[in-house]
Amino acid sequence: MIRARGLEKRYGRRRVLTGIDLDVENGSFLVVTGPNGSGKTTLLRLLAGLAAPTRGRLEVDVDRGRLGFLGHEPLVYRELTALENLDLYGRLYRVRERRERIGMLLERFGLWDERNERVGTYSRGMTQRLALCRTLLHDPELLVLDEPYSSLDEMGAAQLDRELGGLSHTRALVVSTHDPARLEPLATGRLALA
Amino acid sequence: MTYLSDVVALTRKDLRVELRARDTLPAMLLFVLSSLVVFHFALPEEAGDEAAYGLLWVAIVFTALLGLTRAWVPEHEHGVLDGLVLAPCDRSAIWLGKTFATLAFLLAAQAVALPAFVLLFAPLDAAAVAGVLLADLGICAVGSLLAAMAAAGRARELLLPLLFLPLAIPLVVGGVGSAISSEPEQYLLFLALYDAVFAVLSWASFEYVVTE
Repeated sequence: MIRARGLEKRYGRRRVLTGIDLDVENGSFLVVTGPNGSGKTTLLRLLAGLAAPTRGRLEVDVDRGRLGFLGHEPLVYRELTALENLDLYGRLYRVRERRERIGMLLERFGLWDERNERVGTYSRGMTQRLALCRTLLHDPELLVLDEPYSSLDEMGAAQLDRELGGLSHTRALVVSTHDPARLEPLATGRLALA
Repeated sequence: MTYLSDVVALTRKDLRVELRARDTLPAMLLFVLSSLVVFHFALPEEAGDEAAYGLLWVAIVFTALLGLTRAWVPEHEHGVLDGLVLAPCDRSAIWLGKTFATLAFLLAAQAVALPAFVLLFAPLDAAAVAGVLLADLGICAVGSLLAAMAAAGRARELLLPLLFLPLAIPLVVGGVGSAISSEPEQYLLFLALYDAVFAVLSWASFEYVVTE
């Protein structure tokens, strides 16, 4: 599903990533670790197609509409409600039975009661849970998640554990984290960036 | 049909965001009205209607610029543009949705500004109004593309006027010409041609503006 050889990314003269080789197949769970500034976010943006490599070869064999990306930003509008944000993405991703799917995800991530409130009034943890709903909305084949546990409370983190556990055998996942021990039971591969 | 429904969903989203945030339209309304009032007192009495039509276009272009400067702010403040770019819809639908929303704000501002102009300066005939409407299309089509380019950088307030104003000059020429010429048809035709050419160019190039 993902094949990268000699991947390199530079911003001006600054080399952010260099010599990255990786293979991710369906059912794989790749955990990406590394200190701040090691290029985790850059690598995940490359895999999602949001940035282009400076050098090397990258093949991602998934349609754009079958990829779920969770970045540092929630990628939702603060002036819209959770329901309106998910409805917009549901339309753009052509999600079948959109309303049912949105309702189910909001229930699962504990946001159903706040579904009609503007995202701008949400806490960081609630916004992150909504971002996870957005990422999972179209049932993606490939999930690229950048520090998905960030800002989540115990309940949210436990729900994410369950979601990732359920997806790990049938989807390809690339997840960056500062807490690799949490994902150890699910991981089938590890990439440590220096 | 799918393309159209994407455009409708994106336009509706922009209108809804503005309805809640009220960041753009009130500023545009206030700016265009206050500009016209200042021009009213600045323009010498002996200056003819032709000078007034020129000032109307100054007010229109800078009001549009004000709206365009804020057009992509919600997308860039929270990284939403990445989310839209990743969606499987045609990326030009994002540009078209933004163009329609910006056009709606500009038309709303002009719904107040044009009667105010008539009250303070001079009458507007059908050709002059047609000129305004045609120029609006060009302003919003080109402006939405350039605003997306400028919004990606840090100095969008500086960059957008530098990019937009040179391209707006033909629209001002066409708009003023349609108001003061005895043969406004050629100016209206010129505006329609500008709209068609630049709308196609903007539609085709938007994808390259939002992807690396």
